Amino acid sequence: MSEEQKPVTNIKTPMRLEYRYSAGIATSRFLHGIAQGKILGQRCPICSKVYVPPRGSCPRCAVATEEEVELSDKGTITTYAIVRVPSENIDVPLPFASVHVLLDGADLPMFSVVQECPLEKIRMGMRVQAVWVPKEQLGPTLQSIRYFKPIDEPDVPADQLRETV
Amino acid sequence: MSETVSDEGGILTAPHVLEYPYRRSVGPVLGRFFTELRAGKIVGVRTQQGRVLAPPQEYDPETGAATSNDFVEVGPGGVVTTWSWVTRPRSKQPLAHPFAWALVKLDGADTAMLHAVDAGDITRMRTGMRVRPRWRAERVGHIHDIECFEPEP
Repeated sequence: MSEEQKPVTNIKTPMRLEYRYSAGIATSRFLHGIAQGKILGQRCPICSKVYVPPRGSCPRCAVATEEEVELSDKGTITTYAIVRVPSENIDVPLPFASVHVLLDGADLPMFSVVQECPLEKIRMGMRVQAVWVPKEQLGPTLQSIRYFKPIDEPDVPADQLRETV
Repeated sequence: MSETVSDEGGILTAPHVLEYPYRRSVGPVLGRFFTELRAGKIVGVRTQQGRVLAPPQEYDPETGAATSNDFVEVGPGGVVTTWSWVTRPRSKQPLAHPFAWALVKLDGADTAMLHAVDAGDITRMRTGMRVRPRWRAERVGHIHDIECFEPEP
C-alpha cells in the first residue's frame, strides 16, 4: 500500500504559547544581585524566615518581605535526586545530582546541581559551595552559578535539617 | 544583557515560549475523516437515528449512543450558521489577514463544522451565506487540508 492509501492514524496538534515573562520586583532584585556575584534573600518581618530566591512575600505570614539579606554562597544539601533521564534543556552531563541547597542564613533551600563529586558521595547534610562563572561572564541569570561543589567542612547533622527538607 | 532579556526600570523581562509538539492518535472515526480530507472529500457519520454529524463523532452527543459505521460524503459547500470576525490574526491562525471564524453546516450534514472563512471584509459576512472549501494542493490528512472556506460566487 502506498503512503497515499494508508489510512490516517495520527495528526499533529501542536500547542504554542508565546509569553513575555516578567520577573517582578523580588526576582529582578535577586538577579541583579547575582549579576554582581551576590546571593540576596528576603526576611519576613513577622516570622523572620529568610527566603532565597526571594518571592516578595512570606507564604506563611502573607506579608511583604522587604528586608534584603545577603547570603553566603556556602550551604548544605538538604535533599537530592540523581537524574538519569535526558531532557532538552539540561546541559549537564548525565547522570547528575539535582540538589536542594540550604544556603547559610537561609530558611528555604534552593535548587541547583552538584558537580565535582562522585554521585555515591552525595548525601544530605553535605557542605557545598557555589562555583560561579568567571567575573566577566556574570549576568542577571541563575546560570551565573554553574553548580555547587563539595567543600571540606563537617556534615550538618540530620536533625538540624529536619524543618527544611 | 542579552537581546532577549530586557530591563525596564530594574524589572527584568524575557520571552518565554511554552510549546508542546503533540501528535495525537486518531481512531477509526476521526481517522476516516482525515483520510477523506487527504483525498479532497469531507465526510460525516450517521447516528443511529439517521442524523449526519460532520465532522464525524464516535458518539451521538444527543443520545450518547455510538454512531453507526455509515460514513456519508457531505458538502463540499455549506451555510454559515454563526461567525466571528478576527481583526488581528495571530501567527498560528489559518489566515494572515482579517478573516472570520465560522460554523459551517455543510450540505447534507445536520451539524456544523468550525473553520475559517476568507471573506475579505467583515461586510461580506452574513449568517446564512453559502461558502465552499478552498483545498490545499498538497494534503496530508489534517483539518488544514482545507485552507479555509470562501464565499460561493
